Amino acid sequence: MNPRKLRLITAIICLIVSGSMISAASLGDGLWISRVPEKDRTRQNPFADRPDAPAAGARLFSQNCASCHGDNATGKGNHPSLRSERVRSATPGELQWLLTNGSMKNGMPSWSKLPEQQRWQIVTYLKSLQ
Amino acid sequence: MNASTRLVAVLIGLVALLAWPERSRAQENYFVTYTHHMEEPGTLEVSNKSVTGFPKDGSSFIGSSMELEYGVKTWWTSELYLDGQTTFGENTTFTGWRFENRFRPLLREHWINPVLYFEFEDINGANKSLLEVVGHDGIEDFLSRAERSEKEREVELKLILSSNAKGWNFAENFIAEKNLANEPWEFGYAVAASRPLSLVAGAKACTFCRENFSLGAELYGGLGDRYSFGFSNTSHYLAPTVSFRVPQGPTFNVSPSAGLNHNSHGFLLRFGVSYEINQFASMLRRK
Repeated sequence: MNPRKLRLITAIICLIVSGSMISAASLGDGLWISRVPEKDRTRQNPFADRPDAPAAGARLFSQNCASCHGDNATGKGNHPSLRSERVRSATPGELQWLLTNGSMKNGMPSWSKLPEQQRWQIVTYLKSLQ
Repeated sequence: MNASTRLVAVLIGLVALLAWPERSRAQENYFVTYTHHMEEPGTLEVSNKSVTGFPKDGSSFIGSSMELEYGVKTWWTSELYLDGQTTFGENTTFTGWRFENRFRPLLREHWINPVLYFEFEDINGANKSLLEVVGHDGIEDFLSRAERSEKEREVELKLILSSNAKGWNFAENFIAEKNLANEPWEFGYAVAASRPLSLVAGAKACTFCRENFSLGAELYGGLGDRYSFGFSNTSHYLAPTVSFRVPQGPTFNVSPSAGLNHNSHGFLLRFGVSYEINQFASMLRRK
């Protein structure tokens, strides 16, 4: 391969990768709750009155969240407890937004791979802990 | 290493994985198509993807890729592949390695979520893992793949677009690949959709619940190269996919693929198993 072409390809790859990293660093922050759009903040949890939702949410929590937040959601290592004032005072819509979008700078991934209904079940479980 | 030693090594590996204290389910639904879902940070996913083919004019084969996927950051996933193949009546051989990185530039969920993919691969001419189809890849080219001395050092770029809507995942990949031995850029595509059988989780623990199964389909193929872009003399496949996630255990995938034109394999069977080890880096630090 022509060395000039190789250098050009390498430069383009470096530019895109560094652009991704700068973009990632600038978009994330720890103040996720202040960034929740109003329409998401006020969303109602369709599973709030379903008697089996906390148990189903507990199962999903155990499968997807407990490795970081602990079996009882009391936190683990650098990962925060979810039996906290912040979670207690958050609306179900805010928690749903956090599960959907994550807080990537702080290491919280997006859980959009789970269906929305299952994210609502996890929210129901988290609210039942408070 | 003889066959019995290899078998013992594989069994020890499986037992070690199953005995690992912190594990969760893997989330891959497709074999060829990538989505915007990244590996969780600190999590290591170990998986094997295999493809077997039964060409009319050649020997049956199994191409396998062992994958080690690690979540470096929430927006950055790194992956190492080790490839090998067995062609029945001919040989079993290691065919090379690949190293890929995926970056998610937009950190929130959007209607369409882009991911940038970069890969370097150092494989030989005997590789049959078929992790993507590009350029004019076709069955005739594939039948002649037995020459290990032919080196293929390639870079591969992908633009991954992916969306979630009403329980469905839709993903589109645009692929550009270049052999660094002064060959032209080759192009390919992969599109896919999948959905869990149930969007709601049950309250009771169960293994064979509908929520643990996902169904979907992939369509992928080549788009020629820089000098002959298009569908002419390319191969294309349509493949339904089935995933079964064992709660707190491995994920099994199977996908029978049908070739869509005369240049494609008539039938390919893909199968795989993957397993996530949560917070792998933290556990190593503790030990």
